[in-house]
Amino acid sequence: MAKKEYAFYPGCSSQLKASASNYLVSTNSMCKTLDIKLTEIPDWNCCGASVGYCEGGELPRIAINARNFAQAETHLPGQDIVATCAACWLSARESQERLDGSAQLLKETNEALAAAGLHYNGGANVRHMVEVLIEDFGYDGLKAPMKKSLEGLKIAGYVGCQTNRPFGIDGESFENPMYLDKMVETLGGEALSKYEQKVTCCGGALAFSEPEKSQKQIRDIVESAYDHGAEMIVTPCPLCQANVEVYQSEINKKQGTKFNMPVVYYSQLMTVAYGGSAKDAALDGQLIRAEKLEKIAGK
Amino acid sequence: MTINQNAANQAAVERYRNNFLKEVEANVEEGHMVKMCMQCGVCAGSCPLGNAWEHSPQKIFMMIRAGKRAEVLGSDSMFMCTSCYNCMVRCPRQLPITHIMHGLANYAHRLGLAPKGQPTRDFATLFWNNAIKRGRVNELMLTLRHYFRGGLVSGIKEAMGMQSIGLGLLLAKRLNPMEIFGGHGVKDLKGFHAIIAKAKEIEDRKKGFTA
Ligand code: SF4
Ligand code: SF4
Ligand code: SF4
Ligand code: SF4
Repeated sequence: MAKKEYAFYPGCSSQLKASASNYLVSTNSMCKTLDIKLTEIPDWNCCGASVGYCEGGELPRIAINARNFAQAETHLPGQDIVATCAACWLSARESQERLDGSAQLLKETNEALAAAGLHYNGGANVRHMVEVLIEDFGYDGLKAPMKKSLEGLKIAGYVGCQTNRPFGIDGESFENPMYLDKMVETLGGEALSKYEQKVTCCGGALAFSEPEKSQKQIRDIVESAYDHGAEMIVTPCPLCQANVEVYQSEINKKQGTKFNMPVVYYSQLMTVAYGGSAKDAALDGQLIRAEKLEKIAGK
Repeated sequence: MTINQNAANQAAVERYRNNFLKEVEANVEEGHMVKMCMQCGVCAGSCPLGNAWEHSPQKIFMMIRAGKRAEVLGSDSMFMCTSCYNCMVRCPRQLPITHIMHGLANYAHRLGLAPKGQPTRDFATLFWNNAIKRGRVNELMLTLRHYFRGGLVSGIKEAMGMQSIGLGLLLAKRLNPMEIFGGHGVKDLKGFHAIIAKAKEIEDRKKGFTA
Protein backbone atom coordinates (compact mmCIF):
# COMPACT_ATOMS: atom_id res chain seq x y z
CA MET A 1 0.00 0.00 0.00
CA ALA A 2 1.18 3.49 -0.75
CA LYS A 3 2.50 5.56 2.08
CA LYS A 4 -0.01 8.37 1.53
CA GLU A 5 -3.20 8.60 -0.49
CA TYR A 6 -4.99 11.67 -1.75
CA ALA A 7 -7.98 12.55 -3.90
CA PHE A 8 -6.36 14.30 -6.84
CA TYR A 9 -7.81 17.35 -8.55
CA PRO A 10 -5.57 17.91 -11.57
CA GLY A 11 -7.47 20.81 -13.14
CA CYS A 12 -7.92 21.54 -16.81
CA SER A 13 -4.47 22.80 -17.55
CA SER A 14 -2.74 19.69 -16.18
CA GLN A 15 -4.47 17.21 -18.44
CA LEU A 16 -2.65 15.35 -21.16
CA LYS A 17 -1.75 17.68 -24.01
CA ALA A 18 -2.90 20.77 -22.12
CA SER A 19 -0.62 23.68 -21.33
CA ALA A 20 0.65 22.22 -18.05
CA SER A 21 0.88 18.56 -19.06
CA ASN A 22 4.58 18.73 -18.17
CA TYR A 23 3.52 19.55 -14.63
CA LEU A 24 1.34 16.46 -14.51
CA VAL A 25 4.02 14.13 -15.87
CA SER A 26 6.68 15.36 -13.46
CA THR A 27 4.23 15.31 -10.53
CA ASN A 28 3.49 11.68 -11.24
CA SER A 29 7.21 10.86 -11.32
CA MET A 30 7.80 12.74 -8.08
CA CYS A 31 4.88 11.01 -6.37
CA LYS A 32 6.08 7.60 -7.45
CA THR A 33 9.36 8.18 -5.68
CA LEU A 34 7.66 9.52 -2.55
CA ASP A 35 5.17 6.64 -2.58
CA ILE A 36 2.20 8.98 -2.88
CA LYS A 37 -0.92 7.57 -4.44
CA LEU A 38 -3.01 10.16 -6.26
CA THR A 39 -6.44 9.01 -7.34
CA GLU A 40 -8.23 11.40 -9.68
CA ILE A 41 -11.61 12.54 -8.40
CA PRO A 42 -13.99 10.62 -10.65
CA ASP A 43 -15.42 12.78 -13.42
CA TRP A 44 -14.14 16.03 -11.88
CA ASN A 45 -15.08 19.35 -13.46
CA CYS A 46 -13.44 22.74 -13.86
CA CYS A 47 -13.41 24.95 -10.79
CA GLY A 48 -14.39 28.07 -12.73
CA ALA A 49 -11.07 29.78 -11.93
CA SER A 50 -10.77 33.32 -10.67
CA VAL A 51 -11.79 34.90 -13.92
CA GLY A 52 -15.05 32.90 -13.92
CA TYR A 53 -16.55 35.49 -11.58
CA CYS A 54 -17.88 37.69 -14.33
CA GLU A 55 -20.35 35.39 -16.03
CA GLY A 56 -20.49 32.70 -13.38
CA GLY A 57 -21.70 34.40 -10.25
CA GLU A 58 -21.39 33.15 -6.72
CA LEU A 59 -23.61 30.13 -6.25
CA PRO A 60 -22.94 28.47 -9.62
CA ARG A 61 -19.21 28.76 -8.95
CA ILE A 62 -19.50 27.28 -5.48
CA ALA A 63 -21.87 24.59 -6.69
CA ILE A 64 -19.51 23.29 -9.38
CA ASN A 65 -16.73 23.11 -6.81
CA ALA A 66 -19.06 21.30 -4.44
CA ARG A 67 -19.75 18.77 -7.19
CA ASN A 68 -16.08 17.80 -7.03
CA PHE A 69 -16.22 17.61 -3.23
CA ALA A 70 -19.31 15.42 -3.38
CA GLN A 71 -17.60 13.08 -5.83
CA ALA A 72 -14.52 12.85 -3.62
CA GLU A 73 -16.59 12.35 -0.49
CA THR A 74 -18.51 9.48 -2.07
CA HIS A 75 -15.75 7.73 -3.98
CA LEU A 76 -12.62 8.55 -2.01
CA PRO A 77 -13.89 8.93 1.56
CA GLY A 78 -11.51 10.30 4.14
CA GLN A 79 -8.88 11.45 1.64
CA ASP A 80 -7.73 15.06 1.49
CA ILE A 81 -8.27 16.72 -1.87
CA VAL A 82 -5.00 17.80 -3.46
CA ALA A 83 -4.66 20.29 -6.29
CA THR A 84 -1.51 21.10 -8.21
CA CYS A 85 -2.79 24.27 -9.83
CA ALA A 86 -2.82 27.37 -7.64
CA ALA A 87 -6.00 28.67 -9.19
CA CYS A 88 -7.85 25.38 -8.79
CA TRP A 89 -6.68 25.17 -5.21
CA LEU A 90 -7.79 28.71 -4.54
CA SER A 91 -11.29 28.38 -6.01
CA ALA A 92 -11.83 25.02 -4.40
CA ARG A 93 -10.56 26.05 -1.01
CA GLU A 94 -12.48 29.29 -1.09
CA SER A 95 -15.64 27.36 -1.86
CA GLN A 96 -14.82 24.88 0.88
CA GLU A 97 -14.42 27.65 3.46
CA ARG A 98 -17.59 29.43 2.43
CA LEU A 99 -19.53 26.19 2.66
CA ASP A 100 -17.99 25.40 6.04
CA GLY A 101 -19.01 28.84 7.24
CA SER A 102 -22.64 28.98 6.16
CA ALA A 103 -25.34 26.39 6.66
CA GLN A 104 -27.60 28.41 4.36
CA LEU A 105 -25.09 28.30 1.53
CA LEU A 106 -24.58 24.57 2.04
CA LYS A 107 -28.32 24.09 1.83
CA GLU A 108 -28.63 26.05 -1.41
CA THR A 109 -25.62 24.26 -2.83
CA ASN A 110 -27.15 20.90 -2.06
CA GLU A 111 -30.36 22.01 -3.69
CA ALA A 112 -28.31 22.59 -6.85
CA LEU A 113 -26.37 19.33 -6.49
CA ALA A 114 -29.61 17.40 -6.12
CA ALA A 115 -30.36 18.29 -9.72
CA ALA A 116 -27.66 15.76 -10.61
CA GLY A 117 -28.52 13.34 -7.82
CA LEU A 118 -25.51 14.38 -5.73
CA HIS A 119 -25.10 15.45 -2.14
CA TYR A 120 -22.24 17.01 -0.18
CA ASN A 121 -22.13 16.51 3.59
CA GLY A 122 -19.33 19.01 4.16
CA GLY A 123 -15.93 18.68 5.69
CA ALA A 124 -13.75 18.49 2.59
CA ASN A 125 -10.12 19.42 3.15
CA VAL A 126 -8.62 21.06 0.07
CA ARG A 127 -4.82 21.32 -0.10
CA HIS A 128 -2.12 22.33 -2.52
CA MET A 129 0.52 19.76 -3.45
CA VAL A 130 3.20 21.98 -1.93
CA GLU A 131 1.39 21.89 1.42
CA VAL A 132 1.31 18.12 1.25
CA LEU A 133 5.02 17.95 0.54
CA ILE A 134 6.03 20.35 3.28
CA GLU A 135 3.52 19.38 5.95
CA ASP A 136 3.16 15.64 5.42
CA PHE A 137 6.72 14.87 4.35
CA GLY A 138 8.86 17.76 5.55
CA TYR A 139 12.13 18.94 4.03
CA ASP A 140 13.98 15.96 5.48
CA GLY A 141 11.40 13.61 4.08
CA LEU A 142 11.82 15.25 0.67
CA LYS A 143 15.58 14.96 0.88
CA ALA A 144 15.66 11.29 1.84
CA PRO A 145 15.07 9.73 -1.60
CA MET A 146 17.55 12.05 -3.39
CA LYS A 147 19.95 10.40 -5.81
CA LYS A 148 21.57 13.50 -7.29
CA SER A 149 22.27 16.99 -6.12
CA LEU A 150 21.24 19.94 -8.25
CA GLU A 151 24.86 21.03 -7.83
CA GLY A 152 24.45 24.66 -7.03
CA LEU A 153 22.14 25.48 -9.93
CA LYS A 154 21.18 29.13 -9.45
CA ILE A 155 17.42 29.21 -9.17
CA ALA A 156 15.02 32.10 -8.64
CA GLY A 157 11.94 30.92 -6.75
CA TYR A 158 8.90 32.60 -8.23
CA VAL A 159 5.98 31.94 -5.90
CA GLY A 160 3.52 34.25 -7.69
CA CYS A 161 0.24 35.20 -6.09
CA GLN A 162 -2.29 32.53 -5.78
CA THR A 163 -0.17 29.85 -4.13
CA ASN A 164 0.69 32.58 -1.66
CA ARG A 165 -2.43 34.65 -1.19
CA PRO A 166 -4.91 34.71 0.37
CA PHE A 167 -4.27 31.32 1.97
CA GLY A 168 -0.59 30.61 1.54
CA ILE A 169 1.38 27.90 3.22
CA ASP A 170 1.05 27.72 7.00
CA GLY A 171 3.77 29.58 8.87
CA GLU A 172 4.96 31.52 5.80
CA SER A 173 4.62 35.29 5.32
CA PHE A 174 2.74 36.78 2.37
CA GLU A 175 5.50 39.24 1.58
CA ASN A 176 8.43 36.84 1.66
CA PRO A 177 7.52 33.16 1.72
CA MET A 178 10.61 30.97 2.01
CA TYR A 179 9.36 27.48 1.20
CA LEU A 180 10.29 27.42 -2.46
CA ASP A 181 13.83 28.57 -1.64
CA LYS A 182 14.04 25.95 1.06
CA MET A 183 12.94 23.26 -1.37
CA VAL A 184 15.60 24.35 -3.85
CA GLU A 185 18.25 24.22 -1.15
CA THR A 186 17.04 20.84 0.06
CA LEU A 187 17.73 19.55 -3.44
CA GLY A 188 21.24 21.00 -3.51
CA GLY A 189 20.48 24.03 -5.66
CA GLU A 190 21.38 27.62 -4.86
CA ALA A 191 18.25 29.59 -3.98
CA LEU A 192 18.46 33.26 -4.93
CA SER A 193 16.67 34.37 -1.81
CA LYS A 194 17.15 38.06 -2.60
CA TYR A 195 15.06 37.75 -5.78
CA GLU A 196 12.60 40.57 -5.22
CA GLN A 197 9.89 39.61 -7.74
CA LYS A 198 9.08 36.47 -5.78
CA VAL A 199 5.44 37.31 -5.13
CA THR A 200 4.74 39.79 -7.93
CA CYS A 201 1.59 39.18 -9.89
CA CYS A 202 2.22 38.22 -13.52
CA GLY A 203 -1.13 39.61 -14.62
CA GLY A 204 -3.03 36.33 -14.56
CA ALA A 205 -5.84 36.07 -17.06
CA LEU A 206 -5.06 39.60 -18.24
CA ALA A 207 -2.16 38.06 -20.16
CA PHE A 208 -4.88 37.30 -22.68
CA SER A 209 -7.14 40.28 -22.46
CA GLU A 210 -4.66 43.08 -21.64
CA PRO A 211 -1.34 41.83 -23.04
CA GLU A 212 0.63 45.09 -22.66
CA LYS A 213 -0.22 45.42 -19.01
CA SER A 214 0.60 41.88 -18.11
CA GLN A 215 3.74 41.77 -20.24
CA LYS A 216 5.09 44.65 -18.21
CA GLN A 217 4.69 42.51 -15.10
CA ILE A 218 6.33 39.54 -16.76
CA ARG A 219 9.21 41.64 -17.95
CA ASP A 220 9.99 42.70 -14.37
CA ILE A 221 9.76 39.12 -13.15
CA VAL A 222 12.21 37.81 -15.74
CA GLU A 223 14.54 40.78 -15.68
CA SER A 224 15.04 40.58 -11.94
CA ALA A 225 15.86 36.88 -12.22
CA TYR A 226 18.62 37.80 -14.68
CA ASP A 227 19.84 40.55 -12.38
CA HIS A 228 20.34 38.04 -9.61
CA GLY A 229 22.26 35.68 -11.86
CA ALA A 230 19.52 33.06 -12.13
CA GLU A 231 19.96 30.13 -14.48
CA MET A 232 16.30 29.29 -14.26
CA ILE A 233 13.06 30.21 -12.53
CA VAL A 234 11.08 27.66 -10.54
CA THR A 235 7.37 28.00 -9.78
CA PRO A 236 4.58 26.05 -8.07
CA CYS A 237 1.79 27.30 -10.35
CA PRO A 238 0.90 26.25 -13.92
CA LEU A 239 -0.47 29.65 -14.82
CA CYS A 240 2.61 31.47 -13.58
CA GLN A 241 4.74 28.95 -15.43
CA ALA A 242 2.88 29.41 -18.68
CA ASN A 243 2.67 33.19 -18.48
CA VAL A 244 6.29 33.74 -17.54
CA GLU A 245 7.69 31.24 -20.04
CA VAL A 246 5.41 31.68 -23.01
CA TYR A 247 5.47 35.46 -23.36
CA GLN A 248 9.24 35.95 -23.21
CA SER A 249 9.50 35.65 -26.99
CA GLU A 250 6.72 38.22 -27.43
CA ILE A 251 8.48 40.64 -25.12
CA ASN A 252 11.75 40.09 -26.97
CA LYS A 253 10.05 40.84 -30.26
CA LYS A 254 8.35 44.00 -29.03
CA GLN A 255 10.99 45.40 -26.75
CA GLY A 256 14.24 44.07 -28.11
CA THR A 257 15.14 42.15 -24.96
CA LYS A 258 16.97 38.84 -25.22
CA PHE A 259 15.05 36.83 -22.64
CA ASN A 260 15.59 33.11 -22.72
CA MET A 261 15.01 32.11 -19.14
CA PRO A 262 13.79 28.56 -18.49
CA VAL A 263 10.80 28.34 -16.14
CA VAL A 264 10.33 24.95 -14.49
CA TYR A 265 8.15 23.39 -11.81
CA TYR A 266 9.38 22.27 -8.39
CA SER A 267 8.17 18.79 -9.38
CA GLN A 268 10.59 18.81 -12.31
CA LEU A 269 13.50 19.74 -10.04
CA MET A 270 12.50 17.00 -7.63
CA THR A 271 12.11 14.37 -10.32
CA VAL A 272 15.62 15.08 -11.57
CA ALA A 273 17.07 15.08 -8.04
CA TYR A 274 15.35 11.74 -7.46
CA GLY A 275 17.27 10.29 -10.38
CA GLY A 276 14.53 10.60 -13.01
CA SER A 277 15.34 11.11 -16.70
CA ALA A 278 14.59 14.27 -18.66
CA LYS A 279 11.57 12.42 -19.95
CA ASP A 280 10.32 11.52 -16.44
CA ALA A 281 10.62 15.21 -15.60
CA ALA A 282 8.89 16.17 -18.88
CA LEU A 283 11.73 18.54 -19.68
CA ASP A 284 10.83 18.00 -23.32
CA GLY A 285 7.71 19.99 -22.51
CA GLN A 286 9.53 23.28 -22.04
CA LEU A 287 9.31 26.03 -24.64
CA ILE A 288 12.59 27.42 -23.36
CA ARG A 289 14.71 24.39 -22.68
CA ALA A 290 16.22 24.00 -19.24
CA GLU A 291 19.52 22.73 -20.56
CA LYS A 292 21.38 22.77 -17.28
CA LEU A 293 18.71 20.63 -15.68
CA GLU A 294 18.64 18.30 -18.67
CA LYS A 295 22.37 17.85 -18.26
CA ILE A 296 22.03 16.80 -14.64
CA ALA A 297 19.18 14.46 -15.58
CA GLY A 298 21.39 12.87 -18.22
CA LYS A 299 24.24 12.12 -15.84
CA MET B 1 -28.90 45.93 -22.33
CA THR B 2 -31.58 43.30 -22.87
CA ILE B 3 -35.21 43.82 -21.87
CA ASN B 4 -34.76 41.49 -18.92
CA GLN B 5 -31.67 43.30 -17.73
CA ASN B 6 -33.44 46.59 -18.09
CA ALA B 7 -36.34 45.36 -15.97
CA ALA B 8 -34.01 43.98 -13.30
CA ASN B 9 -32.09 47.23 -13.27
CA GLN B 10 -35.26 49.32 -12.96
CA ALA B 11 -36.49 47.09 -10.16
CA ALA B 12 -33.20 47.49 -8.27
CA VAL B 13 -33.28 51.27 -8.69
CA GLU B 14 -36.85 51.39 -7.41
CA ARG B 15 -36.26 49.08 -4.51
CA TYR B 16 -33.10 50.71 -3.18
CA ARG B 17 -33.99 54.25 -4.08
CA ASN B 18 -31.09 56.49 -3.08
CA ASN B 19 -29.40 53.80 -1.08
CA PHE B 20 -26.80 52.19 -3.28
CA LEU B 21 -24.88 50.88 -0.26
CA LYS B 22 -27.93 48.84 0.76
CA GLU B 23 -28.25 47.52 -2.78
CA VAL B 24 -24.62 46.44 -2.78
CA GLU B 25 -25.00 44.83 0.63
CA ALA B 26 -27.98 42.84 -0.53
CA ASN B 27 -26.96 41.86 -4.04
CA VAL B 28 -23.18 41.85 -4.36
CA GLU B 29 -21.01 38.98 -3.20
CA GLU B 30 -19.53 39.95 0.20
CA GLY B 31 -21.08 43.40 -0.26
CA HIS B 32 -22.02 43.58 3.41
CA MET B 33 -18.34 44.22 4.18
CA VAL B 34 -18.07 47.45 2.17
CA LYS B 35 -19.11 49.60 5.12
CA MET B 36 -16.09 48.35 7.08
CA CYS B 37 -13.67 50.26 4.83
CA MET B 38 -11.84 53.05 6.65
CA GLN B 39 -10.34 54.63 3.51
CA CYS B 40 -6.74 54.05 4.54
CA GLY B 41 -5.56 53.57 0.95
CA VAL B 42 -3.45 50.48 1.51
CA CYS B 43 -5.33 48.56 -1.20
CA ALA B 44 -4.81 51.31 -3.75
CA GLY B 45 -1.07 51.20 -3.14
CA SER B 46 -0.93 47.40 -3.33
CA CYS B 47 -2.51 46.84 -6.67
CA PRO B 48 -0.14 45.63 -9.41
CA LEU B 49 -2.21 47.26 -12.11
CA GLY B 50 -3.20 50.18 -9.96
CA ASN B 51 -1.98 52.79 -12.40
CA ALA B 52 -3.87 51.18 -15.26
CA TRP B 53 -7.29 51.96 -13.88
CA GLU B 54 -9.31 54.88 -12.78
CA HIS B 55 -10.89 53.58 -9.58
CA SER B 56 -8.92 51.71 -6.95
CA PRO B 57 -10.91 49.54 -4.52
CA GLN B 58 -10.61 52.40 -2.03
CA LYS B 59 -12.25 54.79 -4.50
CA ILE B 60 -14.91 52.29 -5.48
CA PHE B 61 -15.89 51.75 -1.85
CA MET B 62 -16.05 55.48 -1.26
CA MET B 63 -18.21 55.92 -4.35
CA ILE B 64 -20.57 53.19 -3.16
CA ARG B 65 -21.14 55.03 0.09
CA ALA B 66 -21.62 58.26 -1.81
CA GLY B 67 -24.35 56.57 -3.83
CA LYS B 68 -22.61 56.90 -7.19
CA ARG B 69 -24.43 53.97 -8.69
CA ALA B 70 -23.95 54.65 -12.39
CA GLU B 71 -20.25 55.46 -12.02
CA VAL B 72 -19.50 52.35 -9.98
CA LEU B 73 -21.47 49.90 -12.10
CA GLY B 74 -20.17 51.49 -15.28
CA SER B 75 -16.53 51.48 -14.18
CA ASP B 76 -14.09 49.21 -15.98
CA SER B 77 -11.84 49.07 -12.92
CA MET B 78 -13.30 45.89 -11.47
CA PHE B 79 -12.34 44.11 -14.67
CA MET B 80 -8.71 45.08 -14.27
CA CYS B 81 -8.43 43.00 -11.13
CA THR B 82 -6.05 40.09 -11.71
CA SER B 83 -7.16 38.31 -8.54
CA CYS B 84 -3.72 38.62 -7.02
CA TYR B 85 -5.13 39.07 -3.48
CA ASN B 86 -2.43 41.54 -2.57
CA CYS B 87 -4.90 44.13 -1.34
CA MET B 88 -6.93 41.58 0.53
CA VAL B 89 -4.14 40.19 2.69
CA ARG B 90 -2.99 43.70 3.56
CA CYS B 91 -6.30 45.42 4.34
CA PRO B 92 -6.28 46.40 8.02
CA ARG B 93 -10.06 46.01 8.22
CA GLN B 94 -9.97 42.59 6.58
CA LEU B 95 -12.33 43.39 3.76
CA PRO B 96 -12.51 40.56 1.22
CA ILE B 97 -11.64 43.16 -1.40
CA THR B 98 -10.95 40.79 -4.29
CA HIS B 99 -14.31 39.07 -3.84
CA ILE B 100 -16.14 42.37 -3.61
CA MET B 101 -14.46 43.55 -6.82
CA HIS B 102 -15.49 40.30 -8.54
CA GLY B 103 -18.97 40.59 -7.07
CA LEU B 104 -19.38 44.14 -8.36
CA ALA B 105 -18.14 43.11 -11.79
CA ASN B 106 -20.62 40.26 -11.87
CA TYR B 107 -23.49 42.49 -10.73
CA ALA B 108 -22.71 45.18 -13.28
CA HIS B 109 -22.32 42.54 -15.97
CA ARG B 110 -25.62 40.88 -15.10
CA LEU B 111 -27.48 44.16 -15.15
CA GLY B 112 -25.95 45.04 -18.48
CA LEU B 113 -24.30 48.16 -17.08
CA ALA B 114 -20.66 47.07 -17.39
CA PRO B 115 -18.64 48.78 -20.13
CA LYS B 116 -19.20 47.27 -23.55
CA GLY B 117 -16.23 45.66 -25.26
CA GLN B 118 -14.14 45.68 -22.08
CA PRO B 119 -11.59 43.01 -23.06
CA THR B 120 -11.38 41.24 -19.70
CA ARG B 121 -15.15 41.22 -19.39
CA ASP B 122 -15.37 39.54 -22.77
CA PHE B 123 -12.58 37.12 -22.01
CA ALA B 124 -14.06 36.21 -18.63
CA THR B 125 -17.39 35.49 -20.29
CA LEU B 126 -15.71 33.39 -22.95
CA PHE B 127 -13.79 31.54 -20.29
CA TRP B 128 -16.82 30.65 -18.22
CA ASN B 129 -18.80 29.58 -21.27
CA ASN B 130 -15.92 27.48 -22.49
CA ALA B 131 -15.51 25.79 -19.11
CA ILE B 132 -19.23 25.22 -18.71
CA LYS B 133 -19.84 23.79 -22.13
CA ARG B 134 -17.97 20.56 -21.55
CA GLY B 135 -17.17 20.88 -17.87
CA ARG B 136 -13.50 21.47 -18.49
CA VAL B 137 -11.64 24.23 -20.26
CA ASN B 138 -10.79 23.61 -23.86
CA GLU B 139 -7.66 25.74 -24.13
CA LEU B 140 -7.48 25.64 -27.90
CA MET B 141 -11.02 26.81 -28.48
CA LEU B 142 -10.64 29.41 -25.78
CA THR B 143 -7.56 30.79 -27.49
CA LEU B 144 -9.09 30.76 -30.95
CA ARG B 145 -12.34 32.37 -29.83
CA HIS B 146 -10.39 35.01 -27.98
CA TYR B 147 -8.33 35.98 -30.98
CA PHE B 148 -11.28 35.92 -33.32
CA ARG B 149 -13.57 37.90 -31.07
CA GLY B 150 -13.09 41.01 -33.16
CA GLY B 151 -13.84 39.25 -36.44
CA LEU B 152 -11.91 37.23 -38.93
CA VAL B 153 -9.36 39.73 -40.18
CA SER B 154 -8.18 41.13 -36.89
CA GLY B 155 -8.26 37.60 -35.48
CA ILE B 156 -5.92 36.32 -38.13
CA LYS B 157 -3.61 39.22 -37.51
CA GLU B 158 -3.54 38.71 -33.77
CA ALA B 159 -3.26 34.96 -34.01
CA MET B 160 -0.40 35.31 -36.49
CA GLY B 161 1.35 37.49 -33.99
CA MET B 162 1.06 34.74 -31.45
CA GLN B 163 1.68 31.96 -33.93
CA SER B 164 5.14 31.06 -32.77
CA ILE B 165 3.80 30.57 -29.28
CA GLY B 166 1.04 28.23 -30.35
CA LEU B 167 3.42 26.32 -32.55
CA GLY B 168 5.88 25.97 -29.71
CA LEU B 169 3.21 24.66 -27.36
CA LEU B 170 2.12 22.21 -30.02
CA LEU B 171 5.65 20.90 -30.45
CA ALA B 172 6.07 20.67 -26.70
CA LYS B 173 2.86 18.58 -26.61
CA ARG B 174 1.14 21.22 -24.54
CA LEU B 175 -1.65 22.05 -26.95
CA ASN B 176 -3.93 19.49 -28.49
CA PRO B 177 -5.01 20.29 -32.04
CA MET B 178 -7.77 17.69 -31.75
CA GLU B 179 -9.49 19.83 -29.14
CA ILE B 180 -11.15 21.70 -31.95
CA PHE B 181 -13.35 18.62 -32.32
CA GLY B 182 -14.18 18.35 -28.65
CA GLY B 183 -11.40 17.33 -26.35
CA HIS B 184 -11.55 16.97 -22.61
CA GLY B 185 -14.89 16.96 -20.87
CA VAL B 186 -17.04 15.79 -18.02
CA LYS B 187 -18.91 12.54 -18.58
CA ASP B 188 -22.05 13.43 -16.68
CA LEU B 189 -22.48 16.62 -18.64
CA LYS B 190 -26.24 16.58 -18.18
CA GLY B 191 -25.92 16.49 -14.41
CA PHE B 192 -23.23 19.17 -14.49
CA HIS B 193 -25.41 21.51 -16.51
CA ALA B 194 -28.42 20.77 -14.29
CA ILE B 195 -26.41 21.82 -11.22
CA ILE B 196 -25.41 25.11 -12.80
CA ALA B 197 -28.92 25.84 -14.02
CA LYS B 198 -30.36 25.18 -10.58
CA ALA B 199 -27.69 27.26 -8.83
CA LYS B 200 -28.28 30.11 -11.22
CA GLU B 201 -32.00 29.92 -10.69
CA ILE B 202 -31.59 30.16 -6.91
CA GLU B 203 -29.13 33.03 -7.16
CA ASP B 204 -31.18 34.95 -9.71
CA ARG B 205 -34.20 34.72 -7.48
CA LYS B 206 -32.27 35.99 -4.48
CA LYS B 207 -30.59 38.84 -6.30
CA GLY B 208 -33.63 39.99 -8.14
CA PHE B 209 -32.47 39.14 -11.67
CA THR B 210 -35.75 37.32 -12.19
CA ALA B 211 -39.11 38.33 -10.86
S1 SF4 C 1 -8.24 26.90 -12.35
FE1 SF4 C 1 -7.90 26.61 -14.42
S2 SF4 C 1 -6.95 24.70 -14.56
FE2 SF4 C 1 -7.87 24.82 -12.62
S3 SF4 C 1 -9.78 23.73 -12.94
FE3 SF4 C 1 -10.07 25.88 -13.10
S4 SF4 C 1 -9.89 26.34 -15.23
FE4 SF4 C 1 -9.14 24.39 -14.88
S1 SF4 D 1 1.44 34.99 -10.57
FE1 SF4 D 1 0.08 35.17 -12.24
S2 SF4 D 1 -0.52 33.11 -12.80
FE2 SF4 D 1 0.43 33.03 -10.84
S3 SF4 D 1 -1.24 33.11 -9.50
FE3 SF4 D 1 -0.60 35.22 -9.80
S4 SF4 D 1 -1.78 35.99 -11.45
FE4 SF4 D 1 -2.00 33.82 -11.40
S1 SF4 E 1 -7.13 48.66 2.50
FE1 SF4 E 1 -9.13 48.08 3.29
S2 SF4 E 1 -9.69 49.69 4.72
FE2 SF4 E 1 -8.00 50.46 3.49
S3 SF4 E 1 -8.99 51.59 1.84
FE3 SF4 E 1 -8.63 49.54 1.11
S4 SF4 E 1 -10.50 48.43 1.59
FE4 SF4 E 1 -10.52 50.28 2.77
S1 SF4 F 1 -6.77 41.51 -6.00
FE1 SF4 F 1 -7.40 42.85 -7.65
S2 SF4 F 1 -7.84 44.77 -6.69
FE2 SF4 F 1 -6.66 43.60 -5.24
S3 SF4 F 1 -4.56 44.23 -5.57
FE3 SF4 F 1 -4.91 42.44 -6.82
S4 SF4 F 1 -5.52 43.22 -8.80
FE4 SF4 F 1 -5.72 44.88 -7.33
